[in-house]
Amino acid sequence: MGPRVGVVVFPGTNCEYDAATALSALGADVRYVWHHSASLGDLDVVVLPGGFAHGDYLRPGAIASFSEVMGAVGEFAESGGAVLGICNGFQVLCESGLLPGALQKNAGLTFLCEQTEVEVASGDSVLTSGVSPGTRLRIPINHFAGSYVCDEATLASLRDGNQVLLRYTTNPNGSLDDIAGIANERGNVVGLMPHPERASSPLLGSTDGLVLLDALLSNVRARV
Amino acid sequence: MRFDARVEVTLREGIADPEGATIERALPALGFSGVHEVRAGRSFRLVLDADSEAAARELAQALADRLLANPVLERAAVELAER
Repeated sequence: MGPRVGVVVFPGTNCEYDAATALSALGADVRYVWHHSASLGDLDVVVLPGGFAHGDYLRPGAIASFSEVMGAVGEFAESGGAVLGICNGFQVLCESGLLPGALQKNAGLTFLCEQTEVEVASGDSVLTSGVSPGTRLRIPINHFAGSYVCDEATLASLRDGNQVLLRYTTNPNGSLDDIAGIANERGNVVGLMPHPERASSPLLGSTDGLVLLDALLSNVRARV
Repeated sequence: MRFDARVEVTLREGIADPEGATIERALPALGFSGVHEVRAGRSFRLVLDADSEAAARELAQALADRLLANPVLERAAVELAER
């Protein structure tokens, strides 16, 4: 049996099947976790998938960050568990304080749904360990609020700690330092705006997302 | 005591405000000149029960900082009036 992956579903989440399908194809044992769940059960990885949790009311991720399940996700992260937030999931992780900074409206004030190219900037995380820095990946984005923002001290510590994982080669949204994905200090909590599960089949135009998802599952297997 | 509260959430200084900038750029085309430093924000109205104005202010500021504003990007200002 592969790593046990819990894909969290909030009202308004819409990428849970895509994430589950891509991870299952790589050998993960995937189950869904409803946002009211106060415990996660026996999991190796938690994925917060993309979508519009709670309609993105107030701010993307703001209401979701107070869900019952997020208490359990916080404890899981604290104990070293692997947590991956994709797009709206990244916004939820920032709103809940599990990752530093915030995601602001795109600089151009338009919803962006397009292919991007990102470069792996650091292998110091559960998502990128084993992927060589400098590797370029074609992975699409699909967001209105994906411009990463933080204060100067936070940016300096992200850089010094090799916590900037992915940078856009052409910045689509005004994101600070071209940041597309970051990790926490320990590297077990990871968030990115591009959707690796949407780059998981030749039919989708790219399979580069599998490089990251496969690395995630390999890194978790190595720990078990 | 009962208070009308208004919480105004605006972006912190130094945080880019593409919405405000877009509004500012649109104004001259409509014939409005001499308008500068447009900042977009949000306003929330709430009715609060509290024992004093200070307690109402503390309540409003606390909920604004916890939920209505994201402190990384925004700041929240509270205005109160007793009913």
